Amino acid sequence: MTTPLVSLQDLSVQFCGNRKASALNEVNIELAAGEVLGLLGESGSGKSVTLRTLLRLHPERTTKIRGRMLVDGQDVLALKGRALELYRGGTVSMVFQEPGLAFDPVYTVGQQITEAIRAHESVTEQAARARALLMLERVQIPQAKRRFDAYPHELSGGMRQRAMIALALACQPKLLLADEPTTALDATVQIQILLLLRELQRETGMSVIFVTHDIGAAVEVADRIAVMYAGRIVEQGPVGQLVRAPRHPYTAGLLAATVGTENRGQPLMAVPGSPPDLAALPPGCSFAPRCKHADEACRSRVPPLLSSAGQAVACWHPLMPLAEAA
Amino acid sequence: MSASLELSLPAAAVAAQAPSRSYWLVVWRQLRHDPMALAAGLVLLIIIGAAVFAPWLAPADPFKASMIKRLLPIGSPGFLLGTDELGRDMLSRLMHGGRLSLLMGVVPVLAAFGIGTAIGLFAGYVGGKVNMVIMRVLDVFYAFPSVLLAVAISGALGPGMSNSLLALTLVFVPQVVRVAESVTTQVRQLDYIEAARMSGASAFSIIRVHVLGNVLGPVFVYATGLLSVSMILASGLSFLGLGVKPPEPEWGLMLNTLRSAIYVNPWIAALPGALIFITSIAFNLLADSVRSAMDIRR
Amino acid sequence: MNTSSYSQAPVQDRGGPAQPLLIVRNLKKHFAVRGQALEKTRKYVHAVDGVSFSVPKGKTLGIVGESGCGKSTTARLIARLMPADSGSMVFDGEGVDEFGGIRLKEFRRNLQMVFQDSFASLNPRLTIAETIAYGPCVHGMPKAAAMQQAHALLARVGLEPAQFASRYPHELSGGQRQRVNIARALAFDPRLVILDEAVAALDKSVQAQVLNLLQELKAERQLTYLFISHDLHVVHYISDYVMVMYLGQVVETGPVERIYGQAAHPYTRALLSAVPSMDPERRTQASPLAGDPPNPINPPGGCRFRDRCPHADPVCASHAPILLGLPGEPAHQAACHLNDPASGHPAALSEVQS
Repeated sequence: MTTPLVSLQDLSVQFCGNRKASALNEVNIELAAGEVLGLLGESGSGKSVTLRTLLRLHPERTTKIRGRMLVDGQDVLALKGRALELYRGGTVSMVFQEPGLAFDPVYTVGQQITEAIRAHESVTEQAARARALLMLERVQIPQAKRRFDAYPHELSGGMRQRAMIALALACQPKLLLADEPTTALDATVQIQILLLLRELQRETGMSVIFVTHDIGAAVEVADRIAVMYAGRIVEQGPVGQLVRAPRHPYTAGLLAATVGTENRGQPLMAVPGSPPDLAALPPGCSFAPRCKHADEACRSRVPPLLSSAGQAVACWHPLMPLAEAA
Repeated sequence: MSASLELSLPAAAVAAQAPSRSYWLVVWRQLRHDPMALAAGLVLLIIIGAAVFAPWLAPADPFKASMIKRLLPIGSPGFLLGTDELGRDMLSRLMHGGRLSLLMGVVPVLAAFGIGTAIGLFAGYVGGKVNMVIMRVLDVFYAFPSVLLAVAISGALGPGMSNSLLALTLVFVPQVVRVAESVTTQVRQLDYIEAARMSGASAFSIIRVHVLGNVLGPVFVYATGLLSVSMILASGLSFLGLGVKPPEPEWGLMLNTLRSAIYVNPWIAALPGALIFITSIAFNLLADSVRSAMDIRR
Repeated sequence: MNTSSYSQAPVQDRGGPAQPLLIVRNLKKHFAVRGQALEKTRKYVHAVDGVSFSVPKGKTLGIVGESGCGKSTTARLIARLMPADSGSMVFDGEGVDEFGGIRLKEFRRNLQMVFQDSFASLNPRLTIAETIAYGPCVHGMPKAAAMQQAHALLARVGLEPAQFASRYPHELSGGQRQRVNIARALAFDPRLVILDEAVAALDKSVQAQVLNLLQELKAERQLTYLFISHDLHVVHYISDYVMVMYLGQVVETGPVERIYGQAAHPYTRALLSAVPSMDPERRTQASPLAGDPPNPINPPGGCRFRDRCPHADPVCASHAPILLGLPGEPAHQAACHLNDPASGHPAALSEVQS
């Protein structure tokens, strides 16, 4: 097997500001080149923290990171200075949820993309501009020449998100991190952006980590889904398997809580309770207090993430044993 | 970066705590664990205590002059902090001076806090044209630097303590109004005000229950920050001869009269200035701590 | 609930079961846009432009649409949180704020609203019991009785009063706060509750809990809901009738099965097919619509959807379609020339048959 593009090994992140909080707890993720991973979870599950940690965006003074992060053969935690700058935006780049906030309002969209290219590669202004324009065309912005000189506020939400993607892909990153890129968009625009991301991924062959709380969006773009809960990965597997036959009770609960055509008129199968306090995680499985299958073992010991044949689950009583999968 | 912290700390994080009783109790608990707040509070407590109890604590009569003991250095026997240009005990004068200086610092701010909050609340809640008229009128005051404004008003009213108190109040009112107005405008747009309107409550009831409580906090913090400005301005007015008149001890005035002694005994001349500096810094630090302690929701 | 026996009159059904609880006619709201000083013509956002509908008693009307379609403005106009430019409302057979009709204050008590932002809709300085008791106190209920009622309501929405009553909003999770907002709305024994994106900000697992609670409360208290949302799944789940809005106008309305099964307006169909599929084998292959929803400032004449519509025809530019009942199903109405054989649209009849 070839070495994976991204490999997170026992990654833990602790914030120690006013209150201590374990945002990530021994997360292991491997991502092959050209693979799209959907990171699924609710607020506080650690999905956004994972992305920010990958870019080393957390303030170092108040963040404790343990474990290893290898991206494209580089030890990300050891990067410093210029190497880190080149890594951010060069090897890995990110698309944010609010494109309105990610762009600087006082420069035109074209200037910002040009600037990003020139920050990473020694090319002439002319060449960088040409490539920026090309990028705007590639993300299917109509009348790209005119939009090149537009300020971010002059673009609609969907156009801004396209421009954001153009900015992120301008330096041909090997890994694209997408942090809920479609959450703030309208339904008819959301699907356009999802299709665009899928198409660009196929064209460039880059890897993508797509963070979302919407299973539907994840299903549209991802090859594989990892479900996070309270800073841990609780289940991982190919999209089809995960959606059709979830193993972890939390995944099953999420799927059941997604309202659809079938359950009209009946009460929804809701997961009771609310997500745990990251400052005081329960000693055992963090989902145990909300789980109807929980027993003594669940409440006392953290279940390890066991994997087999590309699927993994961290549960003492999975709804379906792992072995059956193969 | 606070965004990521917020993401990782859902509100449920606090749910494990015992139910809290009072908002101010929570703020107090926060302040108690803030070393900066404690230090600033302690310094202020000492200074205020010394000023309030000056008649009993001061070692000497602050008005008793002596031609032979002029400008004794710090640490002279019997005069712990030396003497001023008329041979009066510096320590006693500083302690007594604190009474006036602190008064000049606190009274205008308190007055401006009351008047400014009322105007700001009104302007912010009513909104529209009324708001615009009020705010544009106040903008005229903004056109002048506050020092100039204080000097101008004070000069027009004539020297004297009550006049300089009035002048300082007038300087601070527009600033407080502006903060109160902007906070009110923000609060007024929040959904809980709409929810209160849905319940059919009167404007007076909504302002009292829902607006006032949420506006007072930020305005109070802002006003705390004005305390130091007020003290410095008051000292400045006295320095210029527009505030307190000699021989009354007041830090700003002392700074003025000791000016001539700066080549003879610079340390003595610097003492009132140092006190003004320390007091205003302490007020500022305390205001900062209160600001962050009051922000318990984030 | 025996605590609600104070000066407030019990819920009375005046018009009988057949009378819709709320009828809205020709509601309009235009906002002036602050433009450049030199511009001669003032620009207006046509936020709500002639919206009419009715909500039957004990049913849920779902209002869907994209940002800028005017669904939230419609809610605020109905709640009288902002004045409408024109339009009238009839609440259970009586004109609202009209001579001889229902007084505004009484109307407000019969109608409550739950907002999207659970945090912004709670006063951070009041404990949640105080927040719930505030409204009844304003209407003259003694404080002690109001607090007692607040505790009972908290228990009903699933928050243990002993544990939660004296907490502040920031000490609750989003789902818990939204339960408090629901409890506050119920404190008046309203007949109509407007839910403005009330579950949109909640996590999926919590969203399901709140939806279940809403369904229970509706059955228990004979409530009528106006459910505003951009989430088509949730609207499908909870609504009896659905109204689709586009740029301040109603484009289609009808029973939920009809809208989701046989949508008649091209916009509704596009909206429905834009929902991500849950099946990785059948991913969406093409986007049903290009571009973003247009800006509602000075919208074009004729059909407002025509710029994005695959079936647009010159007649769509010259004549604005009106809401018409579909053949055989008068409750299902669509504002599209395709469904009107007399419109002159070349594809009109054939489209209806297909």
